[in-house]
This record gives sequence, C-alpha cells and structure tokens, in this order.
Amino acid sequence: MQQNPSSEPIVSLRDVQKSFGPLRVLDGVSFAVQRGEVLALIGRSGSGKSTALRCIDRFEKVDGGEIVVCGHRVDRPDVDLRALRQDVGIVFQSYNLFPHLTIEQNITLAPCAVKGMATAQARDLARKVLAQVGLEEKLHAYPEQLSGGQQQRAAIARSLAMQPKVMLFDEITSALDPELTSEVLKVIEQLAADGMTMVMVTHEMGFAKGIADRIVFMHRGKVHETGPASILTSPTTPELTQFVGTGNLKS
Amino acid sequence: MSIQLDFPAVLERWPSFLAGAVLTLELAFFATVLGALIGTLAAVGRGSRSAAIAGACKFYVEAIRNTPLLVQIFLVYFGLASLGLKLSAFTVAVAALTINVGAYTAEIMRAGFEAIPRGQIEAAEGLALSRLQIYWHIILLPAIEKVYPALTSQFVLLMLASSVCSQISAEELTAVANYIQSDTYRAFETYIIVAVLYIILSLVMRAGFWGLGLVLFPRRRRLGTPL
Ligand SMILES: Nc1ncnc2c1ncn2[C@@H]1O[C@H](COP(=O)(O)OP(=O)(O)OP(=O)(O)O)[C@@H](O)[C@H]1O
Ligand SMILES: [Mg+2]
Repeated sequence: MQQNPSSEPIVSLRDVQKSFGPLRVLDGVSFAVQRGEVLALIGRSGSGKSTALRCIDRFEKVDGGEIVVCGHRVDRPDVDLRALRQDVGIVFQSYNLFPHLTIEQNITLAPCAVKGMATAQARDLARKVLAQVGLEEKLHAYPEQLSGGQQQRAAIARSLAMQPKVMLFDEITSALDPELTSEVLKVIEQLAADGMTMVMVTHEMGFAKGIADRIVFMHRGKVHETGPASILTSPTTPELTQFVGTGNLKS
Repeated sequence: MSIQLDFPAVLERWPSFLAGAVLTLELAFFATVLGALIGTLAAVGRGSRSAAIAGACKFYVEAIRNTPLLVQIFLVYFGLASLGLKLSAFTVAVAALTINVGAYTAEIMRAGFEAIPRGQIEAAEGLALSRLQIYWHIILLPAIEKVYPALTSQFVLLMLASSVCSQISAEELTAVANYIQSDTYRAFETYIIVAVLYIILSLVMRAGFWGLGLVLFPRRRRLGTPL
C-alpha cells in the first residue's frame, strides 16, 4: 500500500468531470480534504453533491480529472476497489442495514469476511463501536426493531468497525425527524472531536456551520464558493447568498 | 349405474404402495436439493458480466421451460444410453427432474435476486465485500426468503410431476399403481389411493419446507414478519 505523508490530503479531487448521458453533473470539480478535517458539501438539489461524494468511493466512474483517496488513484481503471473501500467508510441516507442480520452480525460481517478478523475479536469490536454511537443494548436486535435514528447510528457503527481513514456521509439525517436527527448529529460531532476525517453532504446548515472546517458550495456541477464555515454567514457570491437566505440556514 | 368399490383387494398391496411412495419422496428429495443448487447457480450466471455465461444460462432456462417434462426425461434416458452409460432408472429420473426443476428454480431465484434493493449491495460494496461474499452473505438468504412460497410450490409440483417417471419404469408411486391396477383390475380404487398418497406426500413436503424455513430465517422465527 502507498504511504500517505501527513502533509498530503486524504482526499483530493482535481478537475473532475462526470456526465450522465448528455447531462454534465460534475464540471471540473476540485477540492481537497486534509487529515482530521471535516468538509461539508452543500448546494441545491441536483447540483452534484451526491455524485461528487460517490466518485470518491468509486460508486461512479469519472470521465476526466484526478481523484486520489488515501493514496489510491480512484480515477484509474486499475484501482484496487477493495483496498480503497477498506480505507473509506460510506453511510447513506437510507441506512441500508442488512435486514436478515442482527446489529452485531451487521457490524462483524465485514471485519471477519474482509479482514479475516477472528469472531471473538470482531464481537468485542462490535461492542466498542456500538458504545461509540450509544447503542450497546441493541447488539442482538434486528434492524427493523430500531428507530430510524438508531438504525442510522448502527450503520455508522458498522462503517467504523472497518476503521476507515475517512468517512463519507450523504444526507444521513434527511429521512429523520428533528429529534432523531440530533441524536445522529451528536455522534458525528463526537467523531469530529475524535479527529475523524469526514466529507458530508448535508442540508443541516446550522450543523455544517458548527462542525465543518470547510464548506464547499456546489452549483451546477461546479465548486461555486468554498471557504471556512464563516462563508455561510458572509457569502460572497449571489448564489450562496440566495442559497443560505432561502431558509436553509436554520440552527 | 352403480359403482362397486372394493378397497380391501387393493389395500392389501400396501407394502408396494409404501415402497412407491418412499421412492417418489426420494426422487423429489434429490431433485430438490440438486435442482435448488443448479437453479441458484443458473440465476447467478444469468446476471454474469460474461455474455457467454449469461447466454448459456438463459438458453438452459428457456429450453427447459418450453419443452415437456416427459420429452426431457426421454432425452436424458435415451441420450445417456446412446453414450453407452448404463444407469439405473432412478438415477436417470433424478437427473431429468433436476435439470427440469433447476430451470424453474433459476427463474424464481432471479426474481428473488432482483427484489434485493440496490442500496443493500452498495452498502456491502462500501464495506469492501467481494462480489462472491455479497451474493453469499447479503443477497442469497433474503432472496430465498422473498421467494420461499414460490420455491416451495415449485418443488411440490416437481414431486407430483415425478409421476411421469413411471414411463421409464422408475418404481415410483404411479408406476406401482399402474402395476397394481393391471394386476387387480381395480383401477379406480387404486388411483383413489394413489391420489390420497400424493396429497399426503405434498403435505409432508410442505411441512419439511416450513421446518427448513425456521432454520434458514432466524429473524423471522424471532419477529414473525417476512422481509
Ligand atoms: N445514475 C444516474 N443516472 C442519470 N442521472 C443521474 C444519476 N445520478 C444522478 N443523476 C443526475 O445528476 C444530477 C446531480 O445528482 P446528484 O444526486 O449528485 O445531486 P445532489 O446535489 O446530491 O442533489 P440532492 O440534494 O437532491 O441529493 C441530477 O440532475 C440527477 O438527476
Ligand atoms: Mg444527493
């Protein structure tokens, strides 16, 4: 595996292009995420946030540009997908827990199957990551027995168990009530405090402002404005001004 | 017109009926196990990225689903014989029934695979599981659970259809019945008994599948809800 000197970004996109048929979804996107940094991707629906995030974990193949993630050249056709995905954790809006497995089995599956971890060790790990998200008591429950917020926290724990170097979150609270949203956001805050590198697509502007080291505002497939969280309160482009002005900036 | 039924004359042949019923059940058992295996592989193969594998699996499924079982049995029977293979009628029957039910199983399993949400597979890919691991750990059991009633019916149907194996003189239930009725001249009584025996065999199989379901789907056992 390639080494990753601390000066190098964990994730870097350079001039990334991506089209779906005639629709140009990413039109020269560039940004980088340093170790321990939290980056929030914001923008209107359809601006390409999810696509950009999915390109990082190669759920979409790019048409042009360069993506380097933890030393993996993701834009290359010969990228080692399974090595890449051991370094990257991804959590989706719809949780996607495996319904036929208990929470413990959901968590231990990948460490055992992919890393060859011993069952007993994986079970200890499951307890540890569940404690991290405040769900120890749900070890033997099935996903359907959990609330949406609990399922999402379990999905985060499942991802954490692979000990990724960077976590990707795509609107992970969008399907949740405000109350459940806040319990998930607390988990993310704790991860940030622990120094986890994260890229998150979010509509929770107040939260992004509080937690993100950097904001990337996407508009029509381009990085339209980027900077520290303060750009949300004093945007420079009319598009971001309008975006944060349309009721998106609630706490 | 009055019907004179004489069951005792037929029923005294019960050891033969029993042997036939047991053989039918054995045929059904082996063909079910092997057919489930082949059918699942063919269903996976139809989703293969290799056009040759996908095409071969599709050809198999369509060829079998569009020809009569009896013709398939004769093809296997005479085909193997012309290759110089001397196999027992039982072996030939199991082979033919397996090939037959495998194709139907493939179609049912394919529907099961397609019912697995895309997000499940992406989540598994995101955890760095390989394609094979994803099929094995994530797709297979939920897919089987989704189509379990259809699979059960298909395998019960196979057991009933195995009666045509009497044509290649496999000594299963219908063959036994043919023999007894020509011996006793009590055809109606014989086939009433055979029909009842087939119903009992169907119930035995359904009970077996119900029990297997308890083992295969522990979540359902605990929560009682289908996926
Ligand atoms: N697989 C696909 N095939 C075709 N078009 C797609 C595909 N995925 C996304 N698109 C299109 O690309 C554009 C950008 O989609 P994307 O999901 O990246 O937007 P987004 O910024 O995440 O929006 P949202 O806030 O609604 O999630 C949209 O117009 C969408 O319809
Ligand atoms: Mg999106």
